[in-house]
Amino acid sequence: MGSQPRLIEVRKNVLKQNDLTARALREQFRAAGVFVVSLVSSPGSGKTMFLEKTLTLLRQHYRVAALVGDLATENDAIRLARSRAPVKQITTGTLCHLEAAMVENALQEWDLNQLDFLFIENVGNLVCPSSYDLGENLRLVLISVTEGEDKPLKYPTIFNSADVAVVSKIDLAKAVEFDWTAAYGNVQAVRPGMLVFKLSAKSGEGMEEHLDFLKKRLHESRAAEVI
Amino acid sequence: MHELSITMSIIELAQEESDRRGIQVSAVHLKLGALSGVVKEALLGSFEMACEDTPLKGARLLIEELPVLIFCRTCEAQRPISSVQLFCCAECGTPSGEIVQGKELEVVALEIEEWDRSPV
Repeated sequence: MGSQPRLIEVRKNVLKQNDLTARALREQFRAAGVFVVSLVSSPGSGKTMFLEKTLTLLRQHYRVAALVGDLATENDAIRLARSRAPVKQITTGTLCHLEAAMVENALQEWDLNQLDFLFIENVGNLVCPSSYDLGENLRLVLISVTEGEDKPLKYPTIFNSADVAVVSKIDLAKAVEFDWTAAYGNVQAVRPGMLVFKLSAKSGEGMEEHLDFLKKRLHESRAAEVI
Repeated sequence: MHELSITMSIIELAQEESDRRGIQVSAVHLKLGALSGVVKEALLGSFEMACEDTPLKGARLLIEELPVLIFCRTCEAQRPISSVQLFCCAECGTPSGEIVQGKELEVVALEIEEWDRSPV
C-alpha cells in the first residue's frame, strides 16, 4: 500500500480572527464618530508622559479617553488618571502585545458615542504589536532621542505598520547629541513619505503641532462621514 | 516573542479545515512576508511542540518566504526593494512606500496523505 501527498488549497489569513474583530471595532468607531489613535514604542520611550500631556491638553475642548496595555501593574493607568480623562488598564499578563479582542473587551462598559478621541497605548514593544490590527484610525510610533537615530533601521516592520512617527524627549536632544537629520532620514528610508513630529511632552515643545494634526484628522474623518 | 501564539493559530486553522473535510493533514504550507512581523525560525521551532496532543501531531510546516515588493512610480511596475532598511526600487532607486507584497501571514494549502487502496 503506497501513499502520495495531495495538496488542498486553503488560503486563509492566520490572524483572521483578530482582523475580523478589528474590522468590527473600526465599524463601531466610525458609527460613533470617535477617532482612535494607538501608540507603539519600546519601553521607556515616554509614551505614558506623552499620552498624559495629550489627554490633558485635548480634554479642554474634546471628550477623550484612553486604554493602556501593560504586562503587569496599573501604574500607567494611575499616571494617566491625572489627566482626569477616563482611563482603563489592560493587563496582558505575559502577552507582549494587545489584540483586537482585548480592546473590544475593555470597551464594553464605555459609550463610544460620548467620545471624540480614544487613545490606545500598546505594550512597550517594537516587534510584536506590528502584526495586530486594533481597528484604530491612526497608529503612532514613538522613538525617544535617548534611543539613538537608528531605531527605524532596526525595526522597519513596526514603522511600516504605523502611520505617523513621533520623536519624543526632544528637550534632551542636545545632551545625548541626537542627530535629527539622521533620524529623519532613517524614518524616510524605511517608510518613504512618513510624517514625523518632534516634540517634548515635558517642555511642551512641538505639542501644539501634533495636537493640531490630530484635531485636523478627527474633523476630516467626520467630514468624510457626512459626504 | 509572539510566534507561539501564531503557531497555535496556524494549528487551529489547519485543524478546523481537516475536521471539516475529514482529512489527515501531513503538512501545512504557509506564506510568510518579510514585513509580517513574524520570524520563520521561531515558527518552525515551536510548530512540532505545539502539534503534540493534537490531530496534527507529526505534521510538517513548510514556509515560503515572500520578499517585499513595492510599486515603483518611475518604472510603473512592481519591483523588489534595495533592502528592508531602504524602501527604494531595486532597479532605479526611486523611494516608494506602496507595499504590494510582504505583509502575508497565510495558510495557503494543506498536504494530505492519500492511501492508495488498490491491490499491489
